Amino acid sequence: MKTHRSSAVRPPRKAATGIAGFDEISGGGLPRGRTTLLVGGPGSGKTIFSLQFLVNGARHYREPGMFVAFEETSARIVANAASFDWHLAELLPKKLLFIDAQPKPDLVQSGDFDLCGMLAGLNLQAGQMKARRIVFDALDIVLALLPDLAARRREIYRLHEWLLQHELTCLVTLKAAPDEPNSAIQQPNGFMQFMVDCSVILNHSVVLGVSQRNLRVQKYRGSSFDENELPFVIGQGGFDVAIVRLLGRMDADVTHERVTSGVKRLDTMLGGGYYRAASVLITGFPGTAKTTLSGAFAEAACRRGERTVFVSFDSDGAEVVRNLASVGIRLDRYLKSGLLRMVSARTITGSAEICLVRIKAFATAHRARCLVIDPLSALSKSGNELTAHGVAERLIDWSKAERITLVCTSLLNEIAEQNEDDTSLHISSLADTWIHLNYLVQAGERNRGMSIIKSRGTAHSNQVRELILSNAGVTLADIFTAGGEVLMGTMRWEKESAERVANQVAEVAGKLKHVTLDAQQAELEVRLKAVQTELIAKQVEKTLLARTTASRKAEILRGRVQMGELRGGDAAAPKAK
Amino acid sequence: MSRRAIFKFRLYVAADTLNSREATVNLNALCRFYLAGRHEIEVVDVFREPQRALSDGIRMTPTLLKLSPPPVRRIVGTLAQTQRVLDTLGLEAGAA
Repeated sequence: MKTHRSSAVRPPRKAATGIAGFDEISGGGLPRGRTTLLVGGPGSGKTIFSLQFLVNGARHYREPGMFVAFEETSARIVANAASFDWHLAELLPKKLLFIDAQPKPDLVQSGDFDLCGMLAGLNLQAGQMKARRIVFDALDIVLALLPDLAARRREIYRLHEWLLQHELTCLVTLKAAPDEPNSAIQQPNGFMQFMVDCSVILNHSVVLGVSQRNLRVQKYRGSSFDENELPFVIGQGGFDVAIVRLLGRMDADVTHERVTSGVKRLDTMLGGGYYRAASVLITGFPGTAKTTLSGAFAEAACRRGERTVFVSFDSDGAEVVRNLASVGIRLDRYLKSGLLRMVSARTITGSAEICLVRIKAFATAHRARCLVIDPLSALSKSGNELTAHGVAERLIDWSKAERITLVCTSLLNEIAEQNEDDTSLHISSLADTWIHLNYLVQAGERNRGMSIIKSRGTAHSNQVRELILSNAGVTLADIFTAGGEVLMGTMRWEKESAERVANQVAEVAGKLKHVTLDAQQAELEVRLKAVQTELIAKQVEKTLLARTTASRKAEILRGRVQMGELRGGDAAAPKAK
Repeated sequence: MSRRAIFKFRLYVAADTLNSREATVNLNALCRFYLAGRHEIEVVDVFREPQRALSDGIRMTPTLLKLSPPPVRRIVGTLAQTQRVLDTLGLEAGAA
């Protein structure tokens, strides 16, 4: 950031190398207009580093460069460089010029000499092509011809003066004894260390049969730099210095998007699935269905139409596909359609660094959005114990920066028993989601249990579930806890069926009761009807009675009147006539 | 090789640096002694004529090219070790 701001005021103080990782650790590249010393043993990558510095300069930074070859002929260097994807030949000779300065085989030396001849030629050529960068490869070859130390020193000073005068950003490579990378700072070329502004040491060592390359910035005048020895690999694109990406860059794109784990109930347990671009770690002993779980994720990703890379360290891609098909995870069709790429990482030989680079290259070439690595712990096989953790860390950082959802499995050391924290890479703290699979041995059975140990930024279930694999796929079952004991497998099944029976009995009993009640109700209703009918009858009887009584009264009255009339006794009698 | 062959030399120098001056002096002395009357010396300053230095593949100065008689020989340095220079040029010490 700082260099960007100051660039408006004065030209940037650094010349970017364009080498992945190196510009980051050196704060922007090599000191501009100054000399950098690159020291390393045979085969440590000095020539490649310096070529890449020139190629990138010419192609990306509009800085033509010259390569002065003291050791290998330029024809051979160009031929060797064809194995990289630099298209170096396109740059020749206008942007990149090779100058052969190997001592000729017919050269006879007699007495002292100097490098003025070369510098005069370089003067001319640098002016013609407006060179801004220059590399002196294997300067020690020509220095060795000089008769004494004083002469060497004189020529180095001459060179240095010339470079400063032309304001060329210069890289000088020197050989170092293979076992002692620091020997170059000793005599006779040692004083170069004090003359240059920056010095970089390349180291190539073999640890337990595995080749490990390291790069270290030894000094850098007027600039801060990463002082650690950092691993690097030489890949298709040249140097790739392994650095942990700057955190600020990663934080930019945080998403709330979820992607399914491929197992429905697991998604529910995770509150919707994994986060996009999250790194998921699945740990467990061998055979706890780590591969299956990651396969389910890969299948789900393909079903969404996302390009996926599945890296398997354990078995061949075809084997993985076949094995997963037995649990209903069908990857073959996506393999055919090209959505899925299976990579058998057993074919990758070399250090963990190389594995990382290759995996990155596979994923980039495939434009993968999802990446499965099974198991990641294979990185730490013999010879890589020291570097594997850093590699895993950078893998996670890288996938995050590339917004790739990463699922990796990790084998737990069986000797370490149930100690869940013993993922040999200690990446459990880096992973966003950590799912642990284990066996529960109980009642003569081994059953798979699954639990979510952590899942950043997600409410997640605290329950242990039983993982059931069948040809229909992967399912999770609730486990029964009875009397403080966790039941799985057939015990869970027994418990389940016992409950089912109990349910049925209760259901039947309920039905029976219902029928009885119905009968009782019906009986009551009948009785109610009878009583009601009786009541009506009584009412009718009562009315009838009242009516008879009244008519009888009238009859009696009428009889009495008639009788009176018949007797003819009373005066009232005529009225009645 | 014919003793009467004319030796053609081209000496590349870098201005008047110490090494170059030494080489010029040494070459002249050698020619006077061993090749009197049958030598041609062309002195080229790499700073004045860098193009020529380039096309002749001159990296170090001083460099002496013996162009004729064939084969072409190339000697780098101040030409201080006379015996070595003579051997390279195909001249025998003591022959005058």
